[in-house]
Amino acid sequence: MGKSLKFLIPLAIFMVLAALLFYGLGTDPRKVPSPLVGKPAPQFNLPALNDPSRSVSDADFKGKISLVNVWASWCVSCRAEHAQLMRLARELKEVQILGLNWKDEAADAIRMLRMSGNPYLVSAYDPDNKVGIHWGVYGAPETFLVDSAGIICYKKIGPVGPDTWETELAPTVDLTTKTCKESS
Amino acid sequence: MSTSNRLPALFLAGLLAAPLASAYTLEEFQFDDARQAEEFRDLIDELRCLVCQNESLAGSQAELAQDLREEVYRMMKEGQPRDEVVEFLVARYGDFVLYDPPLKLSTYPLWFGPLLLAGIGGFVLLRALRKKKHTVEKDLSDEERKRLQELLADADQEDKA
Repeated sequence: MGKSLKFLIPLAIFMVLAALLFYGLGTDPRKVPSPLVGKPAPQFNLPALNDPSRSVSDADFKGKISLVNVWASWCVSCRAEHAQLMRLARELKEVQILGLNWKDEAADAIRMLRMSGNPYLVSAYDPDNKVGIHWGVYGAPETFLVDSAGIICYKKIGPVGPDTWETELAPTVDLTTKTCKESS
Repeated sequence: MSTSNRLPALFLAGLLAAPLASAYTLEEFQFDDARQAEEFRDLIDELRCLVCQNESLAGSQAELAQDLREEVYRMMKEGQPRDEVVEFLVARYGDFVLYDPPLKLSTYPLWFGPLLLAGIGGFVLLRALRKKKHTVEKDLSDEERKRLQELLADADQEDKA
């Protein structure tokens, strides 16, 4: 490098720093990657929200691709994503949507589903975070994509948006073999 | 009584209630001995709450923190060693829960980045200093010396004036 250009070095360093900091502005520190992705979903067995005599467990994953959606009636973002879940429940025939009703009151949760529709095949009822802890849930909504062998392919933190299935969830699973794609 | 009259009273009530709100502390956790209580306190101090990310499990009022405190308490009461409790949480929530992250490939930048940067800074500083020492200050030429004398003389004159 010529001596004449040396004065540009601090500028270059500044630009790199500025670029890094600018990138940092766009990332969300609340999204903590889950160590469970690529691992078998934690075993659980909970009563169903609307029918305590029925149980929901990891056996329900067998042979199907599942979306496990952590929700609660007090959770505002869950209401925001509700319409998207309803749409996915209608459109995705090859995927079953299971709910994990988290830290909620059964009566409130049932009322919410009655009023705005029920996208879930069934919701497991976890009022005191017994199962949530094992799934590493730290807020609602969270959505796990689980393959037919019970492996977690992806964890979506925050509300499911109009293109979340297409851009984030679907690319991590093979719909014909019903197994997670190897992450590249 | 109007609302505006009630405000100071409400404010006072809030102030009085504040210590109560944070008094969840360790009252509800009963231990066999002081050593176990201290171990529990140490541990939840070193674990990070995922909801209020800059607070430890010990300090956070988040509901999730309370759930995790209870889980840690339960495991310790069952006699599980500290390492296993930590492993349990890391397996579910990731290294993020640790205020003291382990040394591994993905945390190398975290551990060595600052050292590297300080090293580069030190190197640049040393080089600059050394260079400065080696540059001999040129003596003034006769012409410059003459001009200097003139300027000083002018300044003297102005001071006296």
